[in-house]
Amino acid sequence: MPALPDILFYVFAFLTLLCGVLVVANPFSRNAVTSAMFLVLTIISMAGLFVLLHAFFLAAVQILVYAGAVMVLFLFVIMLLDLKVEERRKIKLFSLVAALVSVGAIVTIFVKSILSASPGVNAPPPVLEGETAALGKLLFTQYLLPFEVVSVLLLVAMVGVILLSKKDLK
Amino acid sequence: MQIGLEHYLVVSALLFCLGLLGLVTRRNLLVMYMSLELMLNAANLALVSFSRFNNNLNGQILVFFIITVAAAEVSVGLALIVALYRKRQTAHVEDLTSMKL
Repeated sequence: MPALPDILFYVFAFLTLLCGVLVVANPFSRNAVTSAMFLVLTIISMAGLFVLLHAFFLAAVQILVYAGAVMVLFLFVIMLLDLKVEERRKIKLFSLVAALVSVGAIVTIFVKSILSASPGVNAPPPVLEGETAALGKLLFTQYLLPFEVVSVLLLVAMVGVILLSKKDLK
Repeated sequence: MQIGLEHYLVVSALLFCLGLLGLVTRRNLLVMYMSLELMLNAANLALVSFSRFNNNLNGQILVFFIITVAAAEVSVGLALIVALYRKRQTAHVEDLTSMKL
């Protein structure tokens, strides 16, 4: 009888990958809104994986920032653009085959190298709890400068977006 | 079998490749952008699992910064897409070939 976290890992991993497939290749709909909704599901199940990894703060941030802010922005833009349903263009067979072959090769390289290196075999059992208090302490002592720089980056992005969305873009 | 680092890394690698596949095959700018987000998320998952199994919080700090930068990047990218759509009335990459001879 496997432990509950192990079962939950398989459930969340399966959900993440299934919704990821439905984001990029949905057999029923090529609508961008459907892709966005499945991306929300992917992100939420990935937050479940973060909880299993004891990264509670990051799970909350993942849901708040990605599933909340970023995806709302995506949906807003999709509806603003008012895209017609993407008409069936004939997908060039050569490009599809090339994409599948190259991505399959990358999958093979990744999985083979992970399994042959087996990086977790000799590692001691994890004792780290991704405690929010420890994370905050680290963020405000050792990583104080990057933290401040990131806030400047957000300001720059905001100014840039306002400039880009002006009516007469020079 | 105990769930170890490899399991999380395999999930992360598969998710990354899904994002790559979407980026190469889909031709809608917005869906391509979502595939990019998928790839970023895969990298985040790998970093968090490394952080957990190496007993080191630095990975989680890096993920925190990645999420912040990704939010900024999404806002700028979507603003660019909206500006492009205003000029060309399309979000399909095969119609955006003005740099082609």
